[in-house]
Amino acid sequence: MYWILDLMILTLVIVCAIGAITIKDLLGTAILFGAYSFMMCLLWAIMGAVDVAFTEASVGAGVSTVFFVAAIFRTTRRTRD
Amino acid sequence: MKKVALIVVILCGAILIHATSEFPKWGEINSPASLHVSPYYIKYSVEQTDVPNIVTSVLADYRGFDTMFETTVIFCAGLACFLLLRIFNDKEEETESIFYRHIPSGIIIEFKNHEVDIRDEDFELIDSKFVPYDLIIKTVCRILIPFIQIFALYVVAHGDFSPGGGFQGGVILGASIILLAISFNLKTAIEKISEKTLGVLSAIGVFIYAGIGCLCLILKGHFLDYGKLAKILPIDPVKARAIGMLGVEIGVAITVMAVMIIIYINIASQGKHQEGL
Amino acid sequence: MELLIKEIIGKYNYWLYIILMMIGLYAIIAKNNLIKKLVGMNIFQTAIILFYISIGYKKGGTLPIIEIPHGHHTISPESIDISKYINPLPHVLMLTAIVVSVATFGVALAIALKIYKEYNTLEEDEIRMRLRGK
Repeated sequence: MYWILDLMILTLVIVCAIGAITIKDLLGTAILFGAYSFMMCLLWAIMGAVDVAFTEASVGAGVSTVFFVAAIFRTTRRTRD
Repeated sequence: MKKVALIVVILCGAILIHATSEFPKWGEINSPASLHVSPYYIKYSVEQTDVPNIVTSVLADYRGFDTMFETTVIFCAGLACFLLLRIFNDKEEETESIFYRHIPSGIIIEFKNHEVDIRDEDFELIDSKFVPYDLIIKTVCRILIPFIQIFALYVVAHGDFSPGGGFQGGVILGASIILLAISFNLKTAIEKISEKTLGVLSAIGVFIYAGIGCLCLILKGHFLDYGKLAKILPIDPVKARAIGMLGVEIGVAITVMAVMIIIYINIASQGKHQEGL
Repeated sequence: MELLIKEIIGKYNYWLYIILMMIGLYAIIAKNNLIKKLVGMNIFQTAIILFYISIGYKKGGTLPIIEIPHGHHTISPESIDISKYINPLPHVLMLTAIVVSVATFGVALAIALKIYKEYNTLEEDEIRMRLRGK
């Protein structure tokens, strides 16, 4: 039962990663990247690395998404690839 | 370019997947990585340092040097962001129009020509990309922020016994100020915690860390050997290690908090420190 | 056949991590937009961190927080069963790596902002064209 959850979240992580680099809108990239970080945090929590999961939840999914959105707000959402 | 990249990536992946045949199976108890150093940490962490969370005890005590220079790296990142982006003249040349807000009424005036320069108490220059506020978001954030800060302090102080510590607590503490800057505006956040304070705080964090290390040197121990703090504190050396770790974590939290806010305010306002996002 | 299935169940995690890492590498090499390149860099970084964490994982182990019996303040080293606790060393190394990665990400975004201010674009080929034009 345990490995099914692991495999499901790993698949979601890969889908989020592919989505984040293929979507043609940088704001979409930012949001998908936040989702990717949060899935990653769940994966680490499954593996028992609670400290790392906590750090990723606050840093990767929280603050770095904010930096990202702030940078896009100051530059542009447009991208060609 | 894309085809070359695809070929390179597939080749790299094939080599790495081939290399996995040498690896131990996922989750194996006797994998080589878990046999050498970590059993010592697991066995003696409570006896030597009185800290049940092994990650904290290894982070702040056994591998204290590593963490000290990681903190220095974060400090340098904040410094780099400040030096790259900060602009000190608040007039910009390229934009089409200039916006002023009349503070008592909240009315915003747009000037098309660049010659306008209002130096009045009631008017303030605002960002050309300003975002209007929302009452609901402002009210909810005003209620929420103190609780976030208390939680952050709990995470820092309770890092010895549960997941958490200086890095996580510092980031949450910084995020609460960033939330203030997003829900109100950047000027409100800078009024609460000014740029100069942030710069000083980010240096103070590293100073606390290195200072505790030097204090151990003065007390005739090694650098970051917290057991020697027992000479000035009324406790035994094992408990003194836990106290030393707490002090170090507080230093890390202060630096991380200040650097996160510095990076945010410089990116969100492009170094001009006006209204921002 | 049975050996192959055992091999797949034991190793599929590592293969998926490698796929993730290669997605990041592809984005760094092939993408034209600077922000997309940064996302690729971060994906690469997290894939490596994931690999490190998975090395320390032990099947059936619990969190690396020592369980002290109720009413006691300490526990003797002899009574601790090492195989019960997950290896904490990779966690420590990677915890600091994550925080440093967000700091470097901030610096990278600052440089991207500077580039946008100078050239008014984030696409790599347009920047190169403008450099040649000057």
